[in-house]
Amino acid sequence: MQLPVYMDHAATTPCDPRVVEAMLPYFTQTFGNPGSRNHSFGWEAEAGVDAARQQVADLIGADRKEIIFTSGATESNNLAIKGAASMYAKGPAGTEKRGHIITAMHEHKAVLDPCKRLQKEGFDVTYLAPGKDGLITAKMIEEAMREDTILVTIMWANNELGTINEIPEIGKLCHDRGVVFHTDATQWVGKMPTDVTRDNVDLLSMSGHKIYGPKGVGALYVRRRKPRIRLTAIQEGGGQERGFRSGTLNVPGIVGLGKACELCAAEMDDERERLLALRKKIESAITSQLDTVQVNGHADKRLPNMTNISFGFVEGESMMMAIKEIAVSSGSACTSASLEPSYVLKALGIGDDLAHSSLRISMGRYTTEDQIDYAIEKIVAAVKKLRDLSPLYDMHNEGIDITKIEWQAH
Amino acid sequence: MAYGDKVIDHYENPRNVGSFGTQKEIKADKNVGVGLVGAPECGDVMQLQIKVNEQGTIEDAKFKCFGCGSAIASSSLATEWLKGKTLDEGLTIKNTQIVEELSLPPVKIHCSVLAEDAIRAAISDYKSKNGIESEAAHAH
Repeated sequence: MQLPVYMDHAATTPCDPRVVEAMLPYFTQTFGNPGSRNHSFGWEAEAGVDAARQQVADLIGADRKEIIFTSGATESNNLAIKGAASMYAKGPAGTEKRGHIITAMHEHKAVLDPCKRLQKEGFDVTYLAPGKDGLITAKMIEEAMREDTILVTIMWANNELGTINEIPEIGKLCHDRGVVFHTDATQWVGKMPTDVTRDNVDLLSMSGHKIYGPKGVGALYVRRRKPRIRLTAIQEGGGQERGFRSGTLNVPGIVGLGKACELCAAEMDDERERLLALRKKIESAITSQLDTVQVNGHADKRLPNMTNISFGFVEGESMMMAIKEIAVSSGSACTSASLEPSYVLKALGIGDDLAHSSLRISMGRYTTEDQIDYAIEKIVAAVKKLRDLSPLYDMHNEGIDITKIEWQAH
Repeated sequence: MAYGDKVIDHYENPRNVGSFGTQKEIKADKNVGVGLVGAPECGDVMQLQIKVNEQGTIEDAKFKCFGCGSAIASSSLATEWLKGKTLDEGLTIKNTQIVEELSLPPVKIHCSVLAEDAIRAAISDYKSKNGIESEAAHAH
């Protein structure tokens, strides 16, 4: 087995070789600018972009005219949130009470930070706390809705936990109330069946590099019918992408994104089952071989490809050192001077001690069962080794409640 | 985090891991001084124990540590340095010496501070158990 083993597919995925192959001609041969209307170089590039637009639309049940290409999900989120807030604002810039926006505490920073920006610009934002299972439900949204609510933005699946929110129900609620509904579907699209029409989504962000496509390309779905969603553009210029997003199109990237979507659509059903079996294997092995561990988030309403596990009495960074042959993501950012446990785990009410020692293990298209077996063995051995070193684990085994000790925080 | 070889070595082969008994036993044992410093929510807890003989020499030292690689290395190194020292000599160990020995990066200096705190706390615990006057338990 080649080491280290990559188990961080929620961070990024390798490009599928079939994607790279589809892209290559668009660097050197079909290099035209799709905006060039009067020669074949431009027409051929445009044909490539059109085909990709159709592939993206097919994956999510949209019409191709509803797909806007961007540089990635961060840009899509910014355009959707700031663009919708500005378009549907109840008052002009510079005034207060411009409208109410609902989001959640454990959204990605690419949603939270645009919302924080809007707060400074006269909008009111509610940050919902998820349940202990990590979910945002339609009921929570309904209770937070106000007369002046203009936008709801809730991710489809959480990037640290894989938990799946009640998107179709939230979308229905928003449509009933005439509120624009955006979802950051970066972790969801390509892995789970998606139909924006059926699921009542108005705006959907997605990324190429999470689905075996290239980095630096993504898309925003903008609903055109029932209701027709309008956005104020953030980036202005040549008026590409129906004026929503100016700038010469990243043709090779777009072609790659399209191919990646086509492959995900074709292989989704088999892949989902295969990954779910691997996830269940790793979760049941770890929870049966170690005490004081917990799988974070809802038991079933989670993506098949990732799991987030907290290990009591083990510190996160030393854990990462002990499993350096496995590339995973740690719940805590211990490498910075200020120790900050994951805000996502904290939003679920998970204590700092457990949040400090959590791993997000995310599998993908090339993950094998052998790799999973190897990861299980390494993780179990690492936790045992570190618990032999841990004074907290001793105290726990002697029946001492470590939360009752007066620690000298420093 | 890219660590130096000495941190990796202490992390992979920690010296003197363990305890001279259960929490209850070490609390009652007059020959043992215990220093427990740090906090779980800060991501590091060190427990340092010294066993002192009748001549006032630290004849053995053990540690346990919940923390990052450099916290483990700092406490492992502290036990090595304490063995064979008198209590007063033990108090001369400074965090800067630990930083230097392990080549700790700036963001990990707090680990060496914690190790120095643990040394002082263990010596102070031994002194108070045995009725020895301790000049300012915490000198910083």
